[in-house]
Amino acid sequence: MLSHLPILQIVVPMLMAPFVLLIQPARLAWALTLATSTLAFAIAINLIPLAAGDSAMIYPIGGWDAPYGIELKVDSLSVLFLLIISGASTFVLLAGYQSLGSEIHEAKLNWFFGAWLLALAGLLGIVVSADAFNIFVFMEIASLASYILIAGGPNRQALPAVFKYLIMGTIGATFYLIGVGLIYIMTGTLNISDIATKLPSVVDQTPILVAAGFISIGLALKAAIFPMHAWLPNTYSFAPNMVTAFLAACSTKIAIYVLLRIDFALFQSNLTGHLLQFKVFLIPLACMAILAGAYMAMRDSLAKKIFAWSSVGQVGYIILGAALVSHSGLTAALLHSFSHALAKGTMFIGIGLLALQAKSGELSSFAGLGRRHPLAAIAITIAGLSLVGIPGTAGFLSKWLLIQAILELPTGAVALLVVVLLSSLMSVVYLARFLETLFFPPAPAEGKVTLPLGATAILLAIAFASIYFGLAPTLPMELATQAADNLLGYGA
Amino acid sequence: MIVLDLFHYWTFIALLMMGFYTVIAKNNLVKRLLGLSLFQSAVFLLFIGIAKVEGGTTPIFTNLVDTQVFSNPLPQVLILTAIVVGISTSALGLAIILRIKEAYGTIEEDEIQSEEEEA
Repeated sequence: MLSHLPILQIVVPMLMAPFVLLIQPARLAWALTLATSTLAFAIAINLIPLAAGDSAMIYPIGGWDAPYGIELKVDSLSVLFLLIISGASTFVLLAGYQSLGSEIHEAKLNWFFGAWLLALAGLLGIVVSADAFNIFVFMEIASLASYILIAGGPNRQALPAVFKYLIMGTIGATFYLIGVGLIYIMTGTLNISDIATKLPSVVDQTPILVAAGFISIGLALKAAIFPMHAWLPNTYSFAPNMVTAFLAACSTKIAIYVLLRIDFALFQSNLTGHLLQFKVFLIPLACMAILAGAYMAMRDSLAKKIFAWSSVGQVGYIILGAALVSHSGLTAALLHSFSHALAKGTMFIGIGLLALQAKSGELSSFAGLGRRHPLAAIAITIAGLSLVGIPGTAGFLSKWLLIQAILELPTGAVALLVVVLLSSLMSVVYLARFLETLFFPPAPAEGKVTLPLGATAILLAIAFASIYFGLAPTLPMELATQAADNLLGYGA
Repeated sequence: MIVLDLFHYWTFIALLMMGFYTVIAKNNLVKRLLGLSLFQSAVFLLFIGIAKVEGGTTPIFTNLVDTQVFSNPLPQVLILTAIVVGISTSALGLAIILRIKEAYGTIEEDEIQSEEEEA
């Protein structure tokens, strides 16, 4: 049974998706979706010990061994992201029923949950797959389902935003496919570890170099790495609140996961001069993303858009850590994926709950809501502190590791340090603006809405998880360290 | 002659660029979606083109002979999947365009933007 966990990780949500479509009372469909998502989370947790250390768990589908059969592969890196995805989905669903019910017509909720499960299955599939083409297919399943989720809300501005996302996302995925095709032409295989063994004997490197370019640009589009982030702010701000919470926690990070997995497995050790190209390409983009994201977040006046811009900046931190191509840099990047998913998920769930009372997405409609709903506002505050990186939170730890990784650099460390510190100050500014709006104005007199108690409790629980993992970071830290080992060990 | 030998790659690049240009330059959302379809189809052609082995037959054997030359069936299978993905993308895109038309009364990008700014 345990050996079948990798395939169950995908199959369970995927098979439940069409089933949920048929369930009519929305409450029941929600309960079933939540149960499926919790099961996926439980599977991910059970995979932790199986994939620990250097040993990756290999699952040949249908008993056909690679390279002829299709493989699933779970190692520490995969487990870390499996936990992020399934955890985000489960907790957002737990806290999100009322919020989703207020935004989506009840008769259509079962369709919505079907798409949710497909998105979940696609994202999980990307992470367990060891086959470059299967990653493409799962990426498209996840993307198509998330377009549906984003367009499912009442806000008409979501429609042009999601159309833009569809165009850019498809171009990104197609670029990735071109890259995979070029690699297939040169090696005749699609299994990532099999490609890695065959690449060194490829004489002409030019097609592989072109493939590296297509794959990096395609995935950068999907990951919203500056300046390819244009789809992200509007999509996140106009999507239904709980969809924003789910997608902000995991969707861009999964593209970064694929980028790292493929780049470190295939290109770092096999292309001459790739290390330098990788750094020179990504470090400036990461710095610009960090600064531009924080700057735009300071200026925007839509509550969700502020934190959508902040996501652009946070993706920049993850890329910056990864682009240092050192063990400490990668560890910092992976740990930051985890802490950012936790903090941003909490933040958007919190905003979603307050939006049950706020009349619009404008910052001004949130005025005084912190006084009316102190518990939710406390959770938002904790998530915000973790985003800024205040000591004691998970966000502090990953930022601290990032700074340490930067200090290991022989040159250029000062410039990067300035970028990180400056952007942290800027994030204090936009967070303070939001918290000031929540707490300082008097609570609105009319329209008393009581927030659902269960949802508020869940929100507080995940907010305190940010503090817990800041003080006792053993689990994510071990996974991130092992994953960095695995990534860098490919070439050896 | 070397250019002509590679004509299937040139076709791929030409179609790809035509599709890409349409996606970027056109104002009409349906045209942009069609450009996206063209863009994807170009990649399908790339895969199908590389599957052909000179002098190769269909990879179906009644009695297996080792020396028989046959075309690679795998890229075609891959592209079958990719075509399904492409069709789903187009269908979803058209559905979104329909909703945009209902909500904004137009499918021209600039008109949608100007209406957004008025609101």
